[in-house]
Amino acid sequence: MARIIVVTSGKGGVGKTTTSAAIAMGLAKRGHKTAVIDFDVGLRNLDLIMGCERRVVYDLVNVINHEATLNQALIRDKRCGDLYILPASQTRDKDALTLEGVGQVLEELAKDFSYIICDSPAGIERGAHLAMYFADDAFIVTNPEVSSVRDSDRMLGILASKSRRAEFSEEPIKEFLLLSRYSHERVKLGEMLSVDDVQEILALNLLGVIPESKSVLNASNSGTPVILDEQSDAGQAYSDIVARYLGEEVPHRFIEKEKKGLFGLLFRGK
Amino acid sequence: MSLLDYFKTNKRTSAAIAKERLQILVAHERSSRNQPSYLPQLKKELLEVIQRYFQVSEETISVSLEQDDERETLELNITLPDEEHLKNFNSTTTKGK
Ligand SMILES: Nc1ncnc2c1ncn2[C@@H]1O[C@H](COP(=O)(O)OP(=O)(O)O)[C@@H](O)[C@H]1O
Ligand SMILES: [Mg+2]
Repeated sequence: MARIIVVTSGKGGVGKTTTSAAIAMGLAKRGHKTAVIDFDVGLRNLDLIMGCERRVVYDLVNVINHEATLNQALIRDKRCGDLYILPASQTRDKDALTLEGVGQVLEELAKDFSYIICDSPAGIERGAHLAMYFADDAFIVTNPEVSSVRDSDRMLGILASKSRRAEFSEEPIKEFLLLSRYSHERVKLGEMLSVDDVQEILALNLLGVIPESKSVLNASNSGTPVILDEQSDAGQAYSDIVARYLGEEVPHRFIEKEKKGLFGLLFRGK
Repeated sequence: MSLLDYFKTNKRTSAAIAKERLQILVAHERSSRNQPSYLPQLKKELLEVIQRYFQVSEETISVSLEQDDERETLELNITLPDEEHLKNFNSTTTKGK
């Protein structure tokens, strides 16, 4: 059975698409057949972040309207054969997505994929609702900033009451916190909410902290999910997150200044 | 770090202010989240009736609906003005589901 993961936040611009691309690539690279779906109808962007924008022929709405088959619309990643992208439509018709249609697409995908990542649009409207409705797990992407934390809490309320699992009184969606654009320097200066502050308010299972990083812009410039930049801090943060999600015990990083290596330790206390 | 800097950093940081504001706001939003949409109207109408008998303002009345597996409980809490009535009128109505 496939596991459906929604990457959501309420607020826009916090790193959902960056995260969806990274996590999907990370899972696929470990050999799990993974599909990543862009639910941002009208504002398609996942294709650009994944670097497959010129290969888009059909999209999610075409599949729902039976204008294309799922196999025609899925784009196979050139770097990793286990990764497929289903782009969003650029239509301006907000009602293009239907609950029934999305349900059918997910059901069909679930037959031969292990993980299905749903990249949610911002807001709490139709697109965001449909992206989370069928989810088994939710990755709540939050920035250490007041409006993002508040919106995440609202989204938690929606997950708990408006999802399929909630409506059918099934086991609730498993929620995970991904705290992104974190700067331990600014936290130390008292300018930014800390991981503990955010945890005290949201009380979620922390899947990982992603540092504010230049590598994210570099990665999006070239259409490469940042997880493939193995030297970068953000890339490593996402690799850790994938490992933790798969049940490995990986200590948290990027929360504090990196401890110095042996050389640094020898000269400490100077 | 100069002495002046030391005193500056002893002030409450902006992150601490942010955290406190969020805690208050989120607690408030969570408590009103699962309330049915008719509750504000119910509260308004109750207030009108009560105001025929007592001089009370809107802040003195709170209405909430709690739900568990077995029952729904409508809790109505009205604090009457001190000078006239020193009692706290408190009524709870429970209805089986
Ligand atoms: N860890 C990070 N460090 C620096 N910039 C980031 C980070 N994560 C995301 N960004 C930037 O933030 C912007 C919004 O990211 P995006 O993933 O599109 O957010 P969303 O999908 O939530 O709207 C982009 O310009 C992206 O490059
Ligand atoms: Mg996005």
